[in-house]
Amino acid sequence: MKPKMYAIDIRGLSKDYAIGFFKKQLRPAVKSLSLTVNSGETFGFLGPNGAGKTTTLKMLMGIIFPSAGSATILGQDCMDPTVKQKIGFLPEQPYFYDYLSAPELLDYYAQLSGVSAADRRHRIGDLLARVGLGDVGNKQLRKFSKGMLQRVGIAQAIVHDPEVVFLDEPMSGLDPLGRYEIRELIQGLKDAGKTIFFSTHILADAEALCDRVAVIHKGELRGIGVVNDLRSSMAEKSEVIWQGAGALNSVAKQIVDSHVSGDVVRATVSSQNLDRLLEGLRQQGARLVSVTPLHGTLEEYFLEKTAEGLVRV
Amino acid sequence: MISRLSAISLNTFREAVRDRVLYNLIVFALVLVAGAPLLGQISIDIEQLALINVGLSAISLFSVVIAIFIGIGLVSKEIEKRTLYTILARPVRRWEFIAGKFFGLLMTLVANMALMTAGFYAAMLVYQHHLTGADARLLIAVYFTILELLMVTAITLLFSSFSTPIFSAVFSFSLFAIGTFSEDLRNFAALAHGATKWFSTVAAYAVPNFASLNVISQVAHQQPINGRLILFNTLYALLYSAAVTAGAVLIFERRNLK
Repeated sequence: MKPKMYAIDIRGLSKDYAIGFFKKQLRPAVKSLSLTVNSGETFGFLGPNGAGKTTTLKMLMGIIFPSAGSATILGQDCMDPTVKQKIGFLPEQPYFYDYLSAPELLDYYAQLSGVSAADRRHRIGDLLARVGLGDVGNKQLRKFSKGMLQRVGIAQAIVHDPEVVFLDEPMSGLDPLGRYEIRELIQGLKDAGKTIFFSTHILADAEALCDRVAVIHKGELRGIGVVNDLRSSMAEKSEVIWQGAGALNSVAKQIVDSHVSGDVVRATVSSQNLDRLLEGLRQQGARLVSVTPLHGTLEEYFLEKTAEGLVRV
Repeated sequence: MISRLSAISLNTFREAVRDRVLYNLIVFALVLVAGAPLLGQISIDIEQLALINVGLSAISLFSVVIAIFIGIGLVSKEIEKRTLYTILARPVRRWEFIAGKFFGLLMTLVANMALMTAGFYAAMLVYQHHLTGADARLLIAVYFTILELLMVTAITLLFSSFSTPIFSAVFSFSLFAIGTFSEDLRNFAALAHGATKWFSTVAAYAVPNFASLNVISQVAHQQPINGRLILFNTLYALLYSAAVTAGAVLIFERRNLK
């Protein structure tokens, strides 16, 4: 049987940096990273600052060379220049040739990606309009705001209509409106069926856009999965409200935390202790008001996975 | 490949053309060319000689300064500002980037040379009131300056591929200075003995021989330039710049761009 082809297939990718002048020491930035991304998927690569997200993206783009391991994009080695015709990349806090205008910059990048002159002519105008820069004319990029530059960044990443788009911290440093605009652009790419791999430490963005996420911390993969599944895995708690504060002492062992207001108690309980708590309350004669399952968040998952102690996947 | 090379070359040219500092250097060089005959007034009938000598020397020197000034940042600036990330994420081979930068800078320098040479001939016309066929021979010195720039471009690109702009400038100017006196180094090697002879001979042939490209004095005094010298200098400049550019590619191919 033919093995399944992933849009991105990373196997044991590692990067060590030599530090020190005379006595060189190796500092691992990424440690044997393995993960796959399906075609058409929006994949969030999450991690705190310095986790190894940008280093991983730089290896995938051929900007730096891995110390070990390999990666394929659309079945081709990521170092193969021909695969780069099918991928787009937005670096973190991008800086572009500021003496160029937006149409000039896009024309340059499109030419480097092998887009014909005829295609470039009509595609660039359409694309600028799509990213909300249809009216910038020939203004040089040095006069652009950060939000406008980020939109130019997205435009240059997709000017050659790639199949896979890599975005490194696309919302970083933007105001809420800018973040919303970029999120809409990414949603548009997702709707167009593109495979999107984007790194971020802004969890709300990942939660809103991603089908699956991976969490990386200190260069190690700490967790990976479908966003809803990961949230569910954190939702193993319920909120129980009852009347009868006197019962609290006898059920205290089953409770994670509680708040008492007059005779009403609001307590959080793990799913495995829920039955025992309800039984205890019944025996104590307390009057049950409500039982509500709590929804887990990606933030809770992220915090758990990036806690100091290594949690095995 | 050709499309990518021409795109990188044209962008390098465009960057230089839009840099205001470059214009200051060109204007300064043109002022110096135009003012050269004033130096000739210290003695009778040498205005023309002074104009040719000072004019062509100014063109050569300012072209080299511009070459080093632009060349030192060609690669390092792209790394520092991270514009290279979006280039290497495209189907651009690293050697194509280096070659594109080389041709882009060369294009810029030849355009500058053309501008300054036009200014030089304009100054000649003003002071002589006419141009003769003999004045066309001065173009040999201009051609040799272009060959010199070919090598300087390759050298600055080599240093820029692994060093900071400041170090690249120091290395490039140092090598230019040593290359200008390469004949002296060869003479010293011929007279030396033992290990000194060996080292000085290797150094004498490794550094660029800019001395043989300086024929300003000969053309100013209307001495004939041997056709073989033109041919050998052309081949030498082409081979030397190709070898140095290949060195820049070898370094850049292996470089991790942090």
